[in-house]
Amino acid sequence: MTRMIFEEAIDLAIADAMAADERVLLLGLDVPMLRAGLYARFGARRVLAAPISEGAYLTAAVGAAMAGLRPVVEIMMVDFITVALDALLNHAAKLEAFTHGRWRCPLVVRSACGAGYGDGGQHGQALWGLLASIPGLGVVVPSTPDDAYGLTASALAHDGPVVVLEHKLLTKNWLEFVGSGGRPGLSFDVPAAGHEGEVRRAPVPLGRAACRRAGDDVTLVSLGVSVHRALAAAALLGAEGISCEVLDLRSVRPLDVDAVVASARRTGRVLVVDEDYRQFGLSGEIAALIAEHGVSARFARVCTDDTIPFARHLEEAALPSVGRIVMAVRRLLAERARATRSASAPCAVETAP
Amino acid sequence: MSDLDREGLYRSLRRIHAFEEAVRSLWNEGRISGEMHLCRGEEAVAAGVMAHHREGDAVSCDHRPHGQFVARGVPLVDVLAELLGDERGLCAGRGGHMHLFSRRHLIATTGIVGAPAPLGAGFALALMRLRPGAAAFAFGGDGAANQGLFLETLNLASAWRLPLLLVCKDNGWAVTTWSKDVSAGDPVARARAFGLVAEHVDGMDPLAVWHATDRLLAHVRAGRGPAYLHARCARLDGHFLGDRMVRAARDLHEGADMGRVVVQSATERRGGRARDRARALLRMGRQVVRLKRGLGGGNDPTRLPPGTLGLDAGARRRIDDEVAAEIGAAVRAATQEAA
Repeated sequence: MTRMIFEEAIDLAIADAMAADERVLLLGLDVPMLRAGLYARFGARRVLAAPISEGAYLTAAVGAAMAGLRPVVEIMMVDFITVALDALLNHAAKLEAFTHGRWRCPLVVRSACGAGYGDGGQHGQALWGLLASIPGLGVVVPSTPDDAYGLTASALAHDGPVVVLEHKLLTKNWLEFVGSGGRPGLSFDVPAAGHEGEVRRAPVPLGRAACRRAGDDVTLVSLGVSVHRALAAAALLGAEGISCEVLDLRSVRPLDVDAVVASARRTGRVLVVDEDYRQFGLSGEIAALIAEHGVSARFARVCTDDTIPFARHLEEAALPSVGRIVMAVRRLLAERARATRSASAPCAVETAP
Repeated sequence: MSDLDREGLYRSLRRIHAFEEAVRSLWNEGRISGEMHLCRGEEAVAAGVMAHHREGDAVSCDHRPHGQFVARGVPLVDVLAELLGDERGLCAGRGGHMHLFSRRHLIATTGIVGAPAPLGAGFALALMRLRPGAAAFAFGGDGAANQGLFLETLNLASAWRLPLLLVCKDNGWAVTTWSKDVSAGDPVARARAFGLVAEHVDGMDPLAVWHATDRLLAHVRAGRGPAYLHARCARLDGHFLGDRMVRAARDLHEGADMGRVVVQSATERRGGRARDRARALLRMGRQVVRLKRGLGGGNDPTRLPPGTLGLDAGARRRIDDEVAAEIGAAVRAATQEAA
């Protein structure tokens, strides 16, 4: 076990894979400076500087992966992945299905995500729901340095495409680059346990959630920075006599359905704490899975509802916070059982003219 | 051919400069959050191009938008208040430095590199239909010139003969990457290959920028298709304020800190060949030296030699004083609002 910071753990996982396998290479905009340690160790033939041409270099990486390499592509911020989304949506993620598993695409995409430092709505999105909606594409969102190493290592060992999202509040360098910019006296709500910790240097399997706190009254399902917010809320609620279980999904796709459903069945109440957009994403998916498994559980969610505003106080109010989680759990416990069927008339049928 | 207003051009340059210095102070004080990409080093491009802006023209900007907003005449207090995240800002504090919009002035910003070009093409399409003779201006950098969005726009704008002026503010850097290391071909030749009229210009010289823009816009406004202006300029503050590379280049301690990590990595067991590792270290060193060289005051387009633009020292001092008063008042008004 070694103590290290979040991004060091990801760098180490990549370095270990590069040292073990000549086919692993790193490419992307600014990687010689962003990942200077890897550049100095492996040289320009393994760490390739790219122009700001994400569409071209991500699709090229798909081709390189198909032809025998195992590329790691850095997309600076996940907000910028949209200009290259075709590479993932229509190519990397489709290959295995199109060939019935006869050809696969071992590709890792590393990208910074998340808000909480006042950079506006085009540089602080989570977007893991958008990515995880694509069949064939893995998406992981570590919340601790140990998982950062372990999930990256598993992504590198996987023979299909996986996106590794590192939250900027957890990474010292990103927060320094885009948050403080070296200004003293600026503070951000950085969860200490996510920022730095012991790393076992062992893979963490894709698709397995971790129970971070056991409880009986309500299950908080979360990932990334929000896990730490959920844990802080659970501690506060514990003092009120409310017992919260906290599940860290770690991997959005594949999703640990069994863990979520089992916990929901036991507590009967689920609160999803998700920094991604509320509608048409992960939180709704979890509600659907619980319902599909015949579990009748009270359900609520604390997510990001709209475009993230620039002003710090508005941003803070828009993101999942300890305060919002505590309120939502209290409401969830106060609500009585679901209303019985209403007596209102069935809907009117509209026919085409 | 437009009339050249020498005093106006000088004033525009000084206004942009003074505005950015005011923003720097506010950012340093911690009153502005997030990234801050000042356009110090690009003032002559913004001033020289925007001097040709006419009411009804549209402008799309990249993540370094302040120069264009100041030159466009967007109320400075509104922009400053927006940067401060104030409810009374240009976008009610919702947009911020990289997402400045003024519908009234038809000027917009995007933080997605390359995107101003096709947005500008769309502006041009609308103008062609709604306001013949008007032009759209799209600003981007040399980094953006390698983005698919930009390269596709060269073709689209030309095929549709859009009234679009694409302006490349070439400061040499794509974030921390030296653009030439990752670019092929000559940018002006690229544009010409797509049928645009295109010119290289010294982006440090406001007068040269003014004349080049004048020539290109005559073509654009006449409905003969899009144009491309490639203006070599400077980047005096790194990619953004607090840029680690700039600090490493300027501050021995910071540089040594970064260097230690890199050298340690270079000596790890199992890795590239010794030759590759040495070359990587050498390249990194060269980048820092190159960056440091670019930060020098000799690259400041607002430090004009005496007699430039035909203005004597007295006229310049008068304008400087007026600009200082204007910016000072705007800062006071915006910070009072924010308080």
